[in-house]
Amino acid sequence: MKLFKRSFRMGARNVREPLWRDEFSIYTADERYVSRRQFTKFLVLTSLGMFAGNVWILVRAAFSKTPTFSEKFICRASDVPVGGVQLFRFPTENDPCILIRPEEDTFVAYSQKCTHLSCAVFYSPEKKRLECPCHEGYFSVRNGAVLQGPPPRPLPRVLLERRGEEIIAVGMELRGET
Amino acid sequence: MDQQTHPGRKRGLTAIDGALALIALLLIVQMWLLTATLESYLAGHHEVVLPAAIISGLMSLVSVGLYLFVRRIDAEARVRREPMKPNESR
Repeated sequence: MKLFKRSFRMGARNVREPLWRDEFSIYTADERYVSRRQFTKFLVLTSLGMFAGNVWILVRAAFSKTPTFSEKFICRASDVPVGGVQLFRFPTENDPCILIRPEEDTFVAYSQKCTHLSCAVFYSPEKKRLECPCHEGYFSVRNGAVLQGPPPRPLPRVLLERRGEEIIAVGMELRGET
Repeated sequence: MDQQTHPGRKRGLTAIDGALALIALLLIVQMWLLTATLESYLAGHHEVVLPAAIISGLMSLVSVGLYLFVRRIDAEARVRREPMKPNESR
């Protein structure tokens, strides 16, 4: 362990000074310098932490693959009344989604996780919108866009296909900021 | 002259305070940049991730440079203050 440093003094050669003097000076006036230097060090380390966070996101983005989805049967069209909903999970069992039938011939489906803090959203047929009960974030039933509240992004949309009476989930569509 | 009121020491403290303020400002911008980048990444906008990382890295480099500046000022102030030992020569 390094306990000494070479003297900084001009002309003083081979003078070794203990490192602790940098932190615990016998001069009261030096405390201002020491506290500022230590605070600066803390801020710089935090700054490097922020940079590490950005690099982590970069690595995640570089190695993320385009997800592939396998088709999943949700329900029959007649199972959902107009204004009604059907809950299902897609693409995995950990991804709750909601299928809505706002009109006779219209089916839409979204992820049920609010984009704010992942609370489960529900459909309000009277107001024709998806509502998050946690912080009153509202989403349009037409396209999942944020209508009000803290959610920063629209709800991920589930791509649907109707094959006769069957409603099939075929993919997910992520959307950016509103 | 008193240690507390030495003009050199005051200048040193002012310089350190200026550097500290600049580092704090850069850090606030970096925090905002990180949250904005994360939001964009989660929203599927991967194209902003690389420029954000480069800018954040540059700001970190400037912060490190300012820290080295603060250390140098600190060391110089110590030299200015310490009395010479009998066996040393300037």
